[in-house]
Amino acid sequence: MSTVRVLVGTRKGAFLLTADGKRDRWDISGPHFAGWEIYHMKGSPAEPNRLYASQSTGWFGQLVQRSNDGGKTWEPVGNKFAYDGVPGTHQWYDGTPHPWEFKRVWHLEPSLSDPDTVYAGIEDAAIFRTTDGGKSWHELAGLRGHGSGPRWQPGAGGLCLHTIILDPSNAKRIFIAISAAGAFRTDDGGESWKPITRGLRSVYLPDPTAEVGHCVHHIAMHRLRPGVLFMQKHWEVMRSDDAGDSWRDVSGNLPGDQVVHPDKEGNTRKFDLKGFGFVIDVHAHEPETVYVVPIKSDSQHFPPEGKLRVYRSRTGGYEWEPLGKGLPEADCYVNVLRDAMAVDSLDKCGVYFGTTGGQVYASADAGESWAPIVRDLPAVLSVEVQTLP
Amino acid sequence: MIRIVLPAHLRNLARVESEVQVEVAGLVTLQSVLTALETSYPVLLGTLRDQVTGQRRPYVRFFACSEDLSHESPDAPLPETVASGKEPFLIVGAIAGG
Repeated sequence: MSTVRVLVGTRKGAFLLTADGKRDRWDISGPHFAGWEIYHMKGSPAEPNRLYASQSTGWFGQLVQRSNDGGKTWEPVGNKFAYDGVPGTHQWYDGTPHPWEFKRVWHLEPSLSDPDTVYAGIEDAAIFRTTDGGKSWHELAGLRGHGSGPRWQPGAGGLCLHTIILDPSNAKRIFIAISAAGAFRTDDGGESWKPITRGLRSVYLPDPTAEVGHCVHHIAMHRLRPGVLFMQKHWEVMRSDDAGDSWRDVSGNLPGDQVVHPDKEGNTRKFDLKGFGFVIDVHAHEPETVYVVPIKSDSQHFPPEGKLRVYRSRTGGYEWEPLGKGLPEADCYVNVLRDAMAVDSLDKCGVYFGTTGGQVYASADAGESWAPIVRDLPAVLSVEVQTLP
Repeated sequence: MIRIVLPAHLRNLARVESEVQVEVAGLVTLQSVLTALETSYPVLLGTLRDQVTGQRRPYVRFFACSEDLSHESPDAPLPETVASGKEPFLIVGAIAGG
């Protein structure tokens, strides 16, 4: 029978949750790296017992840990992230130039074919790659060299490159997202990048349809349909059918917020914006089935009405249904952060997400019902899932 | 022999239980002590000072003989009692963040 391993990064360490294919009894391992922030952990698709973890604190900086035995033992690997050449400046919150400074690794994305090759998304936003199992890291400098870098501005969480998606049908194509610069794509293995933001509209920008500056929270793709992308933007869920060249709003009937903001002419207007949230993911076997967790506006960051709900669309967007069986019905004021949802590839597809309240919820029936695997972990920063033979 | 006391997180990382000892050839300074420490325990590279700029991390402080040496020049000699191993060199994570 298959095994499922859930990799959970938290504010105070890493946890590994394992179960057999029934997914009803879980073993909990951890905390690994107790007391350290684990922004992200992910296993190599090419060698599933090869895991990588991003370990950091504000005191002692960044480490990268590697395991060759599925998380039983770990060894620190290289942690030097030096920007290529003279780093230059991006914009600070107040619009003034601010030097590019490495702060932490937000996301580690192992290659689909080589366990020694991993991409790292860092703050201040850049993408790095190792090809020697993490011993050394080198920037793919064409991203920051795109020309718009000096205009990038941080979101509330910092200027972080938090999403890296490798195209399974094209080894040279990579998608990335940055808060709050937007989304970019390379088609030449990282040498050059272009913004993929046509169709995005952000009322909080001086130019709502600007090429860069959109607060993209996360992007998801189904491996069998690499040209179809789903984006959780600050507000709104977006869809692209042409690998990001254009996007359309598929927020449909998701919960929303009324936002008061000046329009382009400077007149104060009320905007009804749908679908604020952070996570988004796609069903393992149904490329048109998408999951999000709507959150009440960017100023409150908790579920609408205190009810924790996953919303599922089985139509690739537009029409969404709330899924709450087994989730808190009231008085729930947690958040679900951008890297904290994942799916397994069993039949029925398992869906998992972690909260800032320390719960990791699992559904073994594609979202119809939910149960907590654990309830009292530190705040969950990331959730990844491995389905092992 | 220089005696160094590490904060708990870094003792765990270096897999040591109490103070560590390092040899420093030549003048005993902040710089030479940290370099000797990082050479003996490469896992500490980047945890005390930035690997690119060489700057001390903001929440890391250095003490010895009841003195805060954090802002001393990296090339200034450390007290003789540290150089002789009579007093330990303390690396402290600042108490911050509640």
